[in-house]
Amino acid sequence: MRVRKLLGRLPVVHQFRQSIGLQRGMLVAGLVITGIFLLMAVFAPLIAPYGFNQLVDENGDTFGAQVPPGGDHILGTTVGGYDVLSRVIWGAQTAFFVIIVAVSLSIFVGVILGLISGYLGGWIDRVLVVIADAVYAFPTLLLAIVAGIVISQGQSSQIGGVFAAAISITVVFIPQYFRVIRAEAVRVKAEAFVESAKVVGASTPRVMFRHVFRNSTRTLPLIFTLNSSEAILTLAALGFLGFGIEPTSAAEWGYDLNRSRSDVTSGIWWTSVFPGSAIVLLVLGITLIGESLNDLADPRLRARRRAADATPADAVAATQPTAREELGEVPR
Amino acid sequence: MIDKIATPAVDIRDLDVTFATDGGDVHAVRDVSLQVAPGEVLAIVGESGSGKTVTARTILGLNPETANIGGAVFLGADDVVSISASRMRELRGTRVAMIFQEPSTALNPVFTVGWQLAEGMRAHGNVSKQQARRRAVEMLKKVGIDDAARRVNDYPHQFSGGQKQRIVIAMALTLEPDVIIADEPTTALDVTVQAEILELLRDLRAEFGTAIVLITHNMGVVADLADRVAVMYNGQVVETAPVRELFANPQHPYTQKLLAAVPRLDIADRPQVKPSKDAPVVSAKDLVIDYPGRLGRKPFRAVDNVSFDIMPGEVLGLVGESGSGKTTIGRAIAGLTRVTDGSLDVLGVEMHGVRERTFRPHRKDLGFVFQDPATSFNPLLTIAQCVAEPLVVHGVAKNPAEARGRVDELMEAVQLPKEYGDRYPHELSGGQRQRASLARAIALDPKLLIADEPTSALDVSVQARVLELFGEVQERFGFATLFITHDLAVVDMLAHRIVVLHHGEIAEEGHTADVLGNPQNDYTRRLLHSLPVPDPVEQAARRARGPLASA
Repeated sequence: MRVRKLLGRLPVVHQFRQSIGLQRGMLVAGLVITGIFLLMAVFAPLIAPYGFNQLVDENGDTFGAQVPPGGDHILGTTVGGYDVLSRVIWGAQTAFFVIIVAVSLSIFVGVILGLISGYLGGWIDRVLVVIADAVYAFPTLLLAIVAGIVISQGQSSQIGGVFAAAISITVVFIPQYFRVIRAEAVRVKAEAFVESAKVVGASTPRVMFRHVFRNSTRTLPLIFTLNSSEAILTLAALGFLGFGIEPTSAAEWGYDLNRSRSDVTSGIWWTSVFPGSAIVLLVLGITLIGESLNDLADPRLRARRRAADATPADAVAATQPTAREELGEVPR
Repeated sequence: MIDKIATPAVDIRDLDVTFATDGGDVHAVRDVSLQVAPGEVLAIVGESGSGKTVTARTILGLNPETANIGGAVFLGADDVVSISASRMRELRGTRVAMIFQEPSTALNPVFTVGWQLAEGMRAHGNVSKQQARRRAVEMLKKVGIDDAARRVNDYPHQFSGGQKQRIVIAMALTLEPDVIIADEPTTALDVTVQAEILELLRDLRAEFGTAIVLITHNMGVVADLADRVAVMYNGQVVETAPVRELFANPQHPYTQKLLAAVPRLDIADRPQVKPSKDAPVVSAKDLVIDYPGRLGRKPFRAVDNVSFDIMPGEVLGLVGESGSGKTTIGRAIAGLTRVTDGSLDVLGVEMHGVRERTFRPHRKDLGFVFQDPATSFNPLLTIAQCVAEPLVVHGVAKNPAEARGRVDELMEAVQLPKEYGDRYPHELSGGQRQRASLARAIALDPKLLIADEPTSALDVSVQARVLELFGEVQERFGFATLFITHDLAVVDMLAHRIVVLHHGEIAEEGHTADVLGNPQNDYTRRLLHSLPVPDPVEQAARRARGPLASA
């Protein structure tokens, strides 16, 4: 009973139970696609026929460049002589690695800053908001490129490359988490239970973390998923532009796409289609999760078993700020 | 009195409404049948969740189309439940109109009131701009807005709350509908304003012959305005009777309970606290509190030169309407609002220019009960954790688990089962939450308790029990209490002494029985007179006597 209750409160599980019809379909499709990629990433060493930077097979023969699909290389080889299938599978690992590092870094910093800014207010709030807005106003990719160059100093080991990509994405994402958490903190700060804690005599850190923080995090799973897909796109774009990870350090879809540009015109389709569709599919999967989470979080968008809304509880929920608006989007 | 043979203005037959929610289906209205005769005022009373608002909104077709509605609601020959949306639009305004609870949100802030009055006319026919404007001015005059020809161009924020409600009423009446639905039309207003609005509704009914469906939980308003009363409980109409009959001789047990719970001004003479030589718990001298204005604007003076004392063990009732500064004083005593000038001594600490660090150790002697029990608990903590919070903060217990024994005692003191400690705040009803809130406030055995409108968010029957408990706990623990409220009947039940505030200044101060029984100040008298008595016979007599000089 207790365990089931707890399980029901977990982000994705809770929404899955709530969902119905098309929204459940979207959520499930997203979960399945993302799940497949996740499995690919985890079991890459077992699934992938070759290593991501392997150029020769066990007999010492080179793969050869631009070998068409079939035979030893199910999806062919690239212009650099790598096995496409292996690169695609190993690429999932890099993608998830970057997502995890980028999103956890930006969540950590963004949440703390947002909480401090929103709860304490005053000059510190004003300064942080101005900085966040300035970062917001910058073209994302440009910022990521600059950060990438600064961090990697032109070098590119696996860890270095991944971190360079991850941190450059982090810089772009911190303001998003900052804004959402700050908005929530400002809202929660005015609630009676926060004043009640103050009257009781609780110290500022205690009020901030025990009462405000835990009530400000409800939109995090949503931004997390939406940002993850954005992180993949930014990583791919960095790779495509040549600021990403070297092929010898890790497999990266964006880099492979870049290398396959000239192939496209000469009828060599397999070098670009597979990494390209990997990017599209993973972004699609994660976006589907994010979008359906967003729809489910908003009572006005959520479909119900029998179409009916505006119960008293919904009326209340409808007046509360919704996740999408907090992300700065305008309701359609 | 009312011709029952004429076709009813509204005829509700076997109405049944069910909502599908996340938590399963909610059967909000079951089998309700009601008739409203032309020109009649039918009051629908009941607690929150009794289905009274859903019933009334169905008349306007305002429930979502997808809610499952059974039965029929006739407006003349049209059955609202089954007609098309476009026909419903035609009926709205011309046949049936609505007055909303909160006048400040019912008006669109970016259009002039004249524009909003004209909008209804434009929607229902070809009227020229001049015609619409002339009619708007005329309607504003009818509802008692002075200088209507000029004010028709004003925006909603330039009017007071009472005036806004008058404008909302004018909007409802422009097309002379047969029926007006008034959903808690005076709940958001002060007593003196409420009296004026009720007066207006009565006059307009006489002038236009409009039937009114009045939804309210305030029995005083019912006694003042209604001809007939339908009592709803749990989605059903349990009793319908003419107003005098219902008050004199309630039939259904629920009605009896409801009427018994209504607080009345009896001017009970509570034993006064023996004058003691102890220093007062709170002592205010020439207290001034300003709210800083926007850049370049003058600050707003919420409390102006107020002096009073609260002695140990005494219950002081702080009474006033909205904007009187009563809540501000409570917040200043709790250290939530800064004192601008004068002196405010709380538990031996001077609050003028106090630092939070100096005051924090004294917070254990101070309890606070907030107005809205729905928001005063952290929704992610259990009730036991919430109640344990002061114990943990002041180092009496290391963690909520260790405080559990004391928490259980406290829960018992406020008559809540111990097991409720493991529940989350949303799993408790409003009254239970407010009792838990009291338990939290008295956790450290405080010398002073501040209760800011603790019962105004509760239903009448619940309110009575919470107040009773409040009195009991206060007598048992003997703490001094500052009881902030707008409801004179509530102070009458609890307070030893009363301070009446008006626009940030003290209008009158004295023992409860003296202030309520023999008010000296004009404002206090007006306040007392405006309070509708929950008894139709007496209320009619009071009305006949006419308003007081200044009202």
